[in-house]
Amino acid sequence: MTALRQSLELGLVLCRTCGLAASRASLDADWRCPRCRSRIEHRTPFSTEKTLAWLIAGIVFYIPANLLPVMHTSGLMGEADSTILGGIFEFWRSGDWDIALLIFIASVAVPFTKFIAIGLLLLSVRNNSRWQQHQRTALYRIVEFIGYWSMLDVIVVALTSALMQFQVLGTAEPRAGIAFFCAVVVVTMLSALSFDPRLIWDRRA
Amino acid sequence: MSTAPTPPAEEELPTPAVRNRRWIPRLVWVVPIAAAAIGISLLIRNWQNAGPQITITFLSGEGIQVGKTLVKYRDVTVGRVSDVVLSADHKTVVVSADLSKDAASLLNADTQFWVVRPRIGVGSVSGLDTLLSGVYIGLKTGTATRREREFAGLENPPALSHGPRGRELQLHAARAGSLGIGAPVYFRRFQVGRVIDENLLPDGSTRVTVFVDAPYDGFVKPVTRFWNASGIDVRLGADGLNVQTESLAAVLAGGLAFDDGPTEVVPAAAGIPGEFTLYKNETEAMAPPDGEPQFIRMRFTQALRGLDVGAPVEFVGVNIGSVVAVDLGYEPQDRSFPVIVTAKLYPRRMGTAHEVLTAQGKTGSDETIGAFVGTLVNRGLRAQPRSASLLTGKLYIALDFLPSSPRAAFDPSSRPLELPTVNGSFQELEASVGGLVKKVSGLPLEQIAADLHTDLKDLHDTLSELHGRVLPSALDTLSALHGTLDSAGRTLDLESPLQRSLAETLSESRSTLQAVRELADYLDRHPDALLRGRRPQKMPQRPAAPSLEAKP
Repeated sequence: MTALRQSLELGLVLCRTCGLAASRASLDADWRCPRCRSRIEHRTPFSTEKTLAWLIAGIVFYIPANLLPVMHTSGLMGEADSTILGGIFEFWRSGDWDIALLIFIASVAVPFTKFIAIGLLLLSVRNNSRWQQHQRTALYRIVEFIGYWSMLDVIVVALTSALMQFQVLGTAEPRAGIAFFCAVVVVTMLSALSFDPRLIWDRRA
Repeated sequence: MSTAPTPPAEEELPTPAVRNRRWIPRLVWVVPIAAAAIGISLLIRNWQNAGPQITITFLSGEGIQVGKTLVKYRDVTVGRVSDVVLSADHKTVVVSADLSKDAASLLNADTQFWVVRPRIGVGSVSGLDTLLSGVYIGLKTGTATRREREFAGLENPPALSHGPRGRELQLHAARAGSLGIGAPVYFRRFQVGRVIDENLLPDGSTRVTVFVDAPYDGFVKPVTRFWNASGIDVRLGADGLNVQTESLAAVLAGGLAFDDGPTEVVPAAAGIPGEFTLYKNETEAMAPPDGEPQFIRMRFTQALRGLDVGAPVEFVGVNIGSVVAVDLGYEPQDRSFPVIVTAKLYPRRMGTAHEVLTAQGKTGSDETIGAFVGTLVNRGLRAQPRSASLLTGKLYIALDFLPSSPRAAFDPSSRPLELPTVNGSFQELEASVGGLVKKVSGLPLEQIAADLHTDLKDLHDTLSELHGRVLPSALDTLSALHGTLDSAGRTLDLESPLQRSLAETLSESRSTLQAVRELADYLDRHPDALLRGRRPQKMPQRPAAPSLEAKP
C-alpha cells in the first residue's frame, strides 16, 4: 500500500469533471482538461481553507437555526412559536416518539454529524495523518450523500405553511429560524463540496 | 490518451504557472464572517427587545401555562409567562412573565394584573375567546410614577379595564339590593354605566361605587336621584298592584337607575355631591323631600286585620305618611286589648297647607303643633281605619273630620301625639252584609223548592198527555188536509179537463157575445131588418173599414 505511487509522482492530473487522468505535459498554460476543456487542478486549490470557512459559517448559522422559532402557528387554540428542538420534545411527550426520532435524526443528528465529520477530515488532512484513510474517504462520501436529507425540516415547514391557511381556524407561518436552518444545510453542503477527498491520501513530507 | 509510461524527470516538467488566486479564500471567509455578523446582530436585537421580567402572585395558577399564557394589554400581547412556581410558603403561585420592551412603561406600582377567564354573567359575557385559547393575563396600567417589578394579581378582573372617560360616583344605601359588580346603570332605560365596586361599611350600610361613561356623565347633576332598579318591584298595597322593572337584564342581574329629581331650587354653583343617596325604588327617589316626620299614636278598640306596616295614612284624602308599627296593648281597667298603631306623618306633604301653617307659626315647636292638633281634634279630627280595597282587604288610616263623633280627650303634651279614633266604617259594612245574609237564610227555601217540584211534575204530566193523544190526531188532520190540497191542485192545473172546458166555454161565449153585438149594431142601423130580414150587404165604401163590418 505504501508502495503505491501518487499521481503527482507519475506526472498525472485528474480531471474532476470528466475523470480523465491527463499527463501534466499535455496541459497547456491555461490548465484545461484536454478532453472536456474544463479547468483542471492537481488538487482543488485552497480546499481545506474553503471547507473550513464554509464549515464555520454552517456552525454559526446552526445556533440561530435552533434557537429561533421555525414556525408560528395560530388558531382557535391559541398561538405558538415552535423551535426545532421544542417540536421534537413535544412529539416525544405526546407519544409520537417515531416522528420525534425522525425529526431528531434529520434536523439535529445529521447536521451535527456533518460538522464533526468534516471537522475530523479537515483535522486529519492538516495533520497529514495516515490513519484510517479508507474509512475517512467513506466518511466523506457519506457526508456528501446525507447532506440534502437535512432539508426535511425545511420542506415540512414550507408545506405546512403553504397548506395550513384557514384564517381564524388555524394558520402556520414560517419564521426566521427555518431560513437559518436552510442556510446551515446549504453551507455544509458547500463545505463538503469544497473538500478534496484526494487530500486524505496525500503524503507530504 | 497517451500517458508517459516512465515518469518524466523533474527537470522535464514544465514549471507550473503560479497564479495568484489568493482572493478566492479571502472571499470564502466572507461567508462565516457574514454568518457571525447576522448571529451577533440577532443577539443584539434580541437583547435590545428583551423587556423587563416581572413576577405576579396569584392565589391559583389555574390555566396558566409556561411559554403559552400571554400577557395582554388592551388585547395586544405584551408578554409571555416564562415560569410558574409556588411561593415559599406554598400559599400563592408566583408567575414570572417576560414582557416586551415597550411594555416596560406600563409597569407602575399600581398596575393591576388579573387572569382573564371566560365569565358568563347575566349582564355580560366576557373572555369567551379564552374558552379555546386558554387563559391570559390582563393588565391595567396605573398612574403611579414609581416603577415596580413584583405585583400581586387580582382574583377578579377590575370593573374598568382601561380607564375610560367618565365619572365615578359614590352612592350610599341602607341596603344594596341584588346588585353586583358590573351591574348596569341606566339613565331613562339607556345603559350609561355600571357598578364598579360595592362595599359594606362598618355601620352595616352599603356604599356602591358606580362609573358613568362619558358623555353621559353630564346627566349626573346635583339634583340627580339614584334608585335601585334591581329585580321586579311588585307591590300589592292599598293602592293596588304596582310592578316596576328597568330592563330584563336588570331584572336578572340587578341594576341602578338615575334621573333628575324633582326640580328643587338648587344653587346653580352647587357641584356634584361626593355621595348620593341610593333610594329603594323610583317612587321613593322621586318623592319630594319629606322633611322631618312627626310621629302619632292611635289606639283602636277593634281588630285591624289587613293593616300592614307601611299602609298609607291619609289626611282628607292626601297621603301624608305611613304606618310604622302595629302593636297590641293591654288595658288593665277593662281588660281589653286595644290595637296601638304608630304612624309617621310628613307635614311637608300637606303642601300649601303646610306653608300657610308655617307662616302662621303653627308648626314651629312641639307645643304649638300639639295645641294646633288639639284644636283640630275639637273640630272632630279622628283617625279611622278604612278599607282601601275590598279585593285585597287592606286597610289604611284616614284622618278625617267627623264632627258627629263624640268628644274625645286629647293631651297636646303627650309624645308622640295620641289621636282619638273612631271605629272603621268597614265594620258597619260587615254588619249590613251580615243582616242581608240573615234575611236570605230566613227565606222558606225548602217550601219553595217543594212547591216548585210539584209544579214541575204537573207540567210534565200535561206534556205527556199532549204527546200521547193530541199529537196523533193532529197528524191525521194534517194528512187529510194534505190530500185535499192535492186534489185542489190537480183541479186547478192548466191541463185539467175542467180548465180546458172552461176555456172553451169562455171562448164560445165571447163569440156569442160578439154576434149579439153585431146583431145589435145591425139592428141599430137597420131597425127594419126585424121585419124585412137582412138585406144583402154592399161593398164597403172605404178601404179602411172596421174589421167588424167586414165580417159576415
